[in-house]
Amino acid sequence: MTPMLVLLAILVLLVIWVIGIYNGLVGLRNQVKNAWAQIDVQLKRRHDLIPNLIETVKGYMVHERQTLENVTKARNLAAQASGVAQQSQAEGNLNRALGQFFVVVEAYPDLKANQNFLALQEELTSTENKIGFARQFYNDQVMQFNNKIQMFPSNIIAGAFSFQASEFFETEDAAEREAPKVSFS
Amino acid sequence: MWEQIRSNKRRSVTLVILIAFILVVLGFVIGEAMQPGAGPFGVAVAVLIWIIMSLVAYFQGDNILLAVSGAQEIEKKDHPQLFNVVEEMTIASGVGAMPRVYILNDMALNAFATGRNPKKSAVAVTAGLLGRLKRDELQGVIAHEMSHVVNRDVLFMTMVGVMLGSIVMISEIFLRGLRFGAGSSRRYRSERGGGQGQAIMMLVAVVLAILAPMIAQLIYLAISRRREYLADANAAVLTRYPEGLASALEAIAGDDHVLEHANKVTAPMFIANPFAKAGRFAAGLTSTHPPIDERIRILRSIGGSVSFQQYDAAWRTVRGRERGVVPSSALAQETAQPVRPASEEGEQDKRQRMREAGDLLRKVNQFIFLPCACGLTLKLPPDFKKDKVSCPRCHKELEVPVAQLATAAQLGELMAGQTQPPLRVAAPRVSQGPAAAGLQITRQGNQWQSFRCSCGNVLHLSPNDIDPEVTCPSCGQKTTIVSR
Repeated sequence: MTPMLVLLAILVLLVIWVIGIYNGLVGLRNQVKNAWAQIDVQLKRRHDLIPNLIETVKGYMVHERQTLENVTKARNLAAQASGVAQQSQAEGNLNRALGQFFVVVEAYPDLKANQNFLALQEELTSTENKIGFARQFYNDQVMQFNNKIQMFPSNIIAGAFSFQASEFFETEDAAEREAPKVSFS
Repeated sequence: MWEQIRSNKRRSVTLVILIAFILVVLGFVIGEAMQPGAGPFGVAVAVLIWIIMSLVAYFQGDNILLAVSGAQEIEKKDHPQLFNVVEEMTIASGVGAMPRVYILNDMALNAFATGRNPKKSAVAVTAGLLGRLKRDELQGVIAHEMSHVVNRDVLFMTMVGVMLGSIVMISEIFLRGLRFGAGSSRRYRSERGGGQGQAIMMLVAVVLAILAPMIAQLIYLAISRRREYLADANAAVLTRYPEGLASALEAIAGDDHVLEHANKVTAPMFIANPFAKAGRFAAGLTSTHPPIDERIRILRSIGGSVSFQQYDAAWRTVRGRERGVVPSSALAQETAQPVRPASEEGEQDKRQRMREAGDLLRKVNQFIFLPCACGLTLKLPPDFKKDKVSCPRCHKELEVPVAQLATAAQLGELMAGQTQPPLRVAAPRVSQGPAAAGLQITRQGNQWQSFRCSCGNVLHLSPNDIDPEVTCPSCGQKTTIVSR
């Protein structure tokens, strides 16, 4: 009788432990998803800001059609991209196009007096920062989640319920790790 | 980060129990001293005082704090940069809910956070801070404040502060009661023959009533200082840029203004001790904040990559201690992140930034802005009652512009500059009818500008307003903004 009870107790404890780990994993996975949604919101916001920006500067920068077209193209590609890997690459390209654009802007002092442009400048700078911070938070969450999935003993439960490790959101080369520096001085 | 909250919670519980113990013992001893056997009653009274104060602090603490400091809530268009920085830090800390943003009418450099949980929080910065700090520095300060919110420091410090307040209050009442009622109570007791035990109890009570507030205060201050270090560490990790906070603290330390609206209870909420004079910080046991130059030195010796570990190492080096300040659970499983480069901010003219902060203050204080054709902007105090004022530079007569009916403006019936009293029409709420019935106003350049709605209410347009129309908060009418 007693051995049976002990066995039962162990079994119950085991089940509770498994439930605990499982719920922890689900919680982390949801945090990762939520963090990704945050990045998405900011990326969308940037995609929305770019057409406004192009519209504002078009009148000033008649001789820079190519640069503007590059930005628009990169923006459209980035807006269509899906999946973490593809999206981080498309965003990297957009960053580069924007970088070039802001180098060119230097040659147009009139633009800096334009109130619309100034407001867009602050919004865009901040959106870049927000993307950076959202990515930072996302990667932190992904690391926590992946650690949990790969470390013993939670990896057993993760394997049994087929939890997949999440991808980090990286821009492809180290120089592009930071959101592009938007400088208007 | 979550690890740190958990560890904070455990530590906090221990300290709360300690202070609660002091409270209970104090109540008991005083009760016994007043009358033998009344100990439990004393405890009950002490706990009751504490509970009432706690409830008030929990539900109204943030509002009381904001009201006492004279903080005024602002909107995004009033200062987009501040709002964006707060939003950035909200995202970085993963809080999920944007705190409300307040501005303090003060030229001193300081900031504080409040709110019992991250869902319902607020940050307040002084106008002086907005005027003086660069974007990176502002980010450091806001990150520090957000860390207080995320770590539940605000709630905890309020609750401990309330307990401390209860202890001080009870001791005070007892000691005063003793002084005034000394003669009569002694006579009363000798009649009943209270005896030796009673006298000893009285002595213990007096000693305790003097000591308890001091002990409780020392515990409270120790917690407060520790949490400042933790918030600094957290800010460095959030921004990946310790130099931002370091140079902000430097600016704060070098500032001579003294915050007008601070008091002892609100002090631990601020980023820097509002009472300490610049450069003369006592590193002693009696300060709510660690010495500011030490905080700067720690932040500056973090090096090329940032994490709680790095901060802890820097803390130990600077303070020459064996044990660090960051709880060990937060140190585990964390990788150091590279420090980001300084943002290449176009160095804004300092006077321009100060002027913007000043204008923001005037706006929240309901000043009326009148841009004159000569380029000067007149800023009239809210109690300025006259309808007209003459420009001090070009002597042109100016009056507060009134939103005009669009149709009338088109017909040229009401010209700007024409003497006309504000239309105090019992404003019919403009329904979704055609825009022809709407009001309109002409925008003069990109500064702050004020005009009167047809209901008589003064509205303000911010330099960042790019919306084509504004809604009057008192009558709900929409006014279209026509750019010149």
